[in-house]
Amino acid sequence: MRFMVMVKATKDSEAGVMPSEQLLTEMGRYNEELVKAGVLLAGEGLHPSSRGVRVRFSGQQRTVIDGPFAETKELVAGFWLLQVRSKEEVIEWVRRCPNPFDGESEIEIRQVFEADDFGEALTPELRAQEERLRLSSRGERG
Amino acid sequence: MATSEAERVIEAAWRLERPRVVAGLTRLVRDLAAAEDLAHDALVAALQQWPTQGIPRNPGAWLMAAGKRRAIDALRRRTRCARKHEELARDLEAGRPDDVSDIEAAMDDDIGDDLLRLLFTACHPVLSTDARTALTLRLLGGLTTDEIARAFLVPEPTIAQRIVRAKRTLARAKVPFEVPRGPERDSRLSSVLEVIYLVFNEGYSATAGGDWVRPALCGEALRLGRVLAELAPGEPEVHGLVALMELQSSRLRARVGTSGEAVRLLEQDRARWDQLLIGRGLAALRRAERRGGEPGPYQLQAAIAACHARARLPGDSDWALVARLYARLIDLTGSPIVRLNHAVAVGMAEGPAAGLALVDALMSEGELVSYHYAPSVRGDLLEKLGRAAEARAEFDRAAGLTRNAREHDLLVARARACATGTAGPRRPVPRAE
Repeated sequence: MRFMVMVKATKDSEAGVMPSEQLLTEMGRYNEELVKAGVLLAGEGLHPSSRGVRVRFSGQQRTVIDGPFAETKELVAGFWLLQVRSKEEVIEWVRRCPNPFDGESEIEIRQVFEADDFGEALTPELRAQEERLRLSSRGERG
Repeated sequence: MATSEAERVIEAAWRLERPRVVAGLTRLVRDLAAAEDLAHDALVAALQQWPTQGIPRNPGAWLMAAGKRRAIDALRRRTRCARKHEELARDLEAGRPDDVSDIEAAMDDDIGDDLLRLLFTACHPVLSTDARTALTLRLLGGLTTDEIARAFLVPEPTIAQRIVRAKRTLARAKVPFEVPRGPERDSRLSSVLEVIYLVFNEGYSATAGGDWVRPALCGEALRLGRVLAELAPGEPEVHGLVALMELQSSRLRARVGTSGEAVRLLEQDRARWDQLLIGRGLAALRRAERRGGEPGPYQLQAAIAACHARARLPGDSDWALVARLYARLIDLTGSPIVRLNHAVAVGMAEGPAAGLALVDALMSEGELVSYHYAPSVRGDLLEKLGRAAEARAEFDRAAGLTRNAREHDLLVARARACATGTAGPRRPVPRAE
């Protein structure tokens, strides 16, 4: 199973304060461990929200809103995509992560949907739609 | 901390650390079974101490230290085979196993090599393929015997027995705990790769039973492959195997239809292919190619998979290139299954008649008579040539040969379609995967 592991933003990360050399070293070592264990699929750090944009939807309307955004703790400063065998395993990996910032910070773990997880949500109508799509694309290839 | 929570943490840490701890202890005591016992003792100690004393900062180093202490105790007790062991015990003590940071450093130095040694040992040719597979999943994958048994659809005691016997065989044959060098290395490495790919295939296309895929095994094999690529980065075939598994995994989602039926490569909705895994697969293939030299069988298969991964539509695959890659693979392996796949590719590149000629040549040599995929391919080519009655007979024959329930249904449906002339748009040629 896959998990998106998100590093939440802090005042520092939003202010664009770069991590210390020591933290970079520790993070590098941690990332290396993830690679060596064969669990790291992808991972990136994100610029502060001042360089971000939101598109707000309201019915048919779309509004583009420039950053920065206020609710710092809800913002994401970086992420890993990890492939592990269980939720306990991903928690154990995250526990081993160096504190990504000075002082208080938080990392959030969210499971990625796999095809099977849709289960009941994939209604017969949706299944039929998917089936039609497949058939028509097959027809095109004839 | 609540005991149950501590237990969960310990179990998770144990799963992650077990291979490293067993590998490290095996190097010390030179006996796989003894090392496993020591590692288990360390786990028991963790279960006793962590709930009250808290989780150590480096659980792996803690478990390793605990295992080492027990190794020393055991060696001391066995005073009758005195001198040599006492020396070893002194060596171990000189490393001050109580000092976690020292051990951590020592582990950092050696642990990669130890894991590699463990993998080579578990895949030693003195063992049967079944034994290698079970032992590898147990020691390197950290799977329980029950999990292995369920994955391979055999009773749990069978797997437990297999593992016990395998360890005994290794001890009796005095298999050294080492990474082989020189000419032996290549053949031993193929044995390791073979086991990993076998695990992958067991998950990718279950040979029996109702499940088309058992993705957990694919995940386990991929993880082992990725670990191996870090341990032996200079080996092109390791990257070739990883590339192959990443690329094949990218199609896992698209391989099963909405009602659980199998969907063949050419019929798959390519929008459902996992682009992240495709990217990783292509990157691994580039790493293999950068190592230079003549490509080995895994790299060639990965290159074939890459032809499909790069094509947005099935017709876009460079079938002429696929056919050429299969031809090289035939030179390397001589495998009749590869020849069959080659025939499929030629059928796509040059037309069904050319493909059929190759299949017929293959079958006239008496190859693949009990392999369901052969009549299935032949049926497909015949259908394309408008020879419906012959095609139907081949699909029926294929249905009778497969052990996979869902594949059986698919083949019966195709036979019926030939019979009633409702085949509609021509079905593309399936490809063994």
